[in-house]
Amino acid sequence: MSAKKEFRILSTTAILGYGYPLESFERGMARKPHLIAVDAGSTDPGPYYLGSGKSFTDRSCVKRDLRYMIRAGVQSNIPVVVGSAGGAGARPHLDWCLEIVREIAREEKLSFKLGVIPADVSKETVLAALRGGKIKPMDQVPPLTEAVVADCTHIVAQMGPEPLMEALKLGCQVVVAGRCYDPAVFAALALIEGYPEGLAVHLGKILECAAIAATPGSGADCAMGTLTEDSFILEALNPVRKFTVESAAAHTLYEKSDPWHLPGPGGELNLEQCSFTELPGGRVEVKGTRFVPTPSYMLKLEGARCTGYRTACIAGTRDPVMIGQIGPILETVQGQVDRILKDEKVGGKIFAHVYGKNGVMGALEPLKTTAAHELCIVIEAVAPTQAEADSLCGIFRSTLLHYGYPGRISTAGNLAFPFSPSDMPLGKLFEFGIYHLMEASPTALFPVTVEELG
Amino acid sequence: MKTKLTDIARVIRSKNSGPFELTLDVMFKSRAEFDAFRALGVLTPKLVAGLYGVPESYILKILYFEPANAVKMTLRRPLPSGAPGDSDIYGAQQHAPLMAFEFEA
Repeated sequence: MSAKKEFRILSTTAILGYGYPLESFERGMARKPHLIAVDAGSTDPGPYYLGSGKSFTDRSCVKRDLRYMIRAGVQSNIPVVVGSAGGAGARPHLDWCLEIVREIAREEKLSFKLGVIPADVSKETVLAALRGGKIKPMDQVPPLTEAVVADCTHIVAQMGPEPLMEALKLGCQVVVAGRCYDPAVFAALALIEGYPEGLAVHLGKILECAAIAATPGSGADCAMGTLTEDSFILEALNPVRKFTVESAAAHTLYEKSDPWHLPGPGGELNLEQCSFTELPGGRVEVKGTRFVPTPSYMLKLEGARCTGYRTACIAGTRDPVMIGQIGPILETVQGQVDRILKDEKVGGKIFAHVYGKNGVMGALEPLKTTAAHELCIVIEAVAPTQAEADSLCGIFRSTLLHYGYPGRISTAGNLAFPFSPSDMPLGKLFEFGIYHLMEASPTALFPVTVEELG
Repeated sequence: MKTKLTDIARVIRSKNSGPFELTLDVMFKSRAEFDAFRALGVLTPKLVAGLYGVPESYILKILYFEPANAVKMTLRRPLPSGAPGDSDIYGAQQHAPLMAFEFEA
C-alpha cells in the first residue's frame, strides 16, 4: 500500500451547527490532520425538513462552525468535507449551505476550489427503477407506489464515498455534498489513500457523531480519529472527555437495529471480529472491522411528501374531576366534533396528546391511569387545507373548553391556555413516503461540479 | 428475589433506528452483569411485547452485543416518525418500561 503510515481525521461536531469549543478545534489542528470533516444531517428531526426544503439547524450557528473549519483548512491546505448539507441534503438545503460557504470565502478573502455534489434523484429515475424492479423497501416500510413518488417534494439518495472521492481527486479543497451516508465524508479521502474500507467506514461511523461517542459525551465537541493499515484510534480533543471501550462500543449500537452488521451503500460493515482496546491517554483502538460488498450496489432513497396541514393548541387542566375522567371526556368531545365536521363537510382528524397520562408514549404507554394533579393537552388537528385544520382545532378547543362533563364543579371553562392566540397553524404536514433501497451506480446520480472561489 | 434492571444496567435508552423502527439499548454495569442477565434468558420477544403492550410481531430483533456489554431490542414503531399522532419524533423517550422491569435472579 502506498498510503502514509497514518491518516488523521478531525471531526468537529456531531451535526454542523451544533457548535464546538475553539480550544478543541485548535488542539485538533495542532495534530496536523489530513482531513477536516463534518456530517451536517440526519432524518432524526423528522420528515418536515426534507419535505419543506428547510434546514433544521440555525444559519448563524452553521456559519460559525464552517468559518473556522474552512479558514483553517484552506490556509493549511487540508481538505474540508461537509456531508448532508443543510440537514436533509436536498437541493434547497445544499444551496443554503453553499451560500454560507461563499459568504465565508468572501468575508475571509479566501481562494479555493469548491466541489459541489447534489444528491437529488429525479422522479423519472425513481419511477424507472420502480418499474424495473430495482427498488425494495427498508424493513417495516410499505412497498413504494408511483403515487407516492409523484407526491414527494424532494427525493435524495445517500451517496457513498465514491462521489466524494471524485471531487477530492479533482483537487477540491472544500467539498460540500447533499445527502450522504454519514461515514462517507470521513472515509472518502482515506480510501483514496488506500486504507482498508472496513476500518475507514467504521471510523467514519463513529466520527460522524464526533464527541457523542466519548465519555462524558457531547454533541458539541470535536474528536479525532487516526487510521492505520490495520486499526483506527479514537481520541477526544477536550481534556474533560475520553474514549473508553464502553463508550466507543456503545456508539456502535446507537440508532442501529443490528450492531454486528451495519449496512450502507454498496455493502455492510461486519463487526463480528471487531475488537476494542483501551490505550493510555483516553484513547481506544479498534481492529477487525470488515467491509463486505453486496452483490449489487444499493443506495438508500429518502423522500417526503405533503399529506395535509396541521394546527396545534396547547392547553392545561388542574381540575381533579376532569382529570379523573379525561379519557371519556375526550372521546365524547371527539364525537360531538365529528358530527359538526360531518354537517359542515370539513375533513380532517384530531389527535389529543395528553401529557401527564400518555402524551410521551401514546399507544406504547403501559400505565393506564394517571396520578398527576395537572395535565397538559396538546390538540393536534390535521386536515387537507390549513383553513380546515384551523377550523378543526378551533372547534375541538372550544367544545372541550365548555363541555359540561358529568360531575363538573368548575363551570367557567375546562382549560388553561398559556398563550393568546391559543391555536398555532403549523403549515404543511410532511411524512416520509420513500425510505427504500435502489439499485444504482455509486456515482451516476451524484454529478460533481467544481467552482473556483476568490 | 426480584432484581430490577436498573440495578444491573448503567444505560437504558431508546432511539429511532430510521423513521420506521424504534431501538432500545440496555448497557450493563460490567461483563459479569451482562453474562448473568444473558444466561437467565428472560428477555424474550414475548416479554418485551408485554412491557410495551404490543403484539409479539412488533418485536423485530433482540441482539446481545458483547463489546458494549449490551442488549438491543428493535421494535416496529406504532407510527412512523412525524406521522399524524406520533408523539416522539426522535424516539428518545420510549425507554421507561424497561426501567420498571424486574425479574427473578
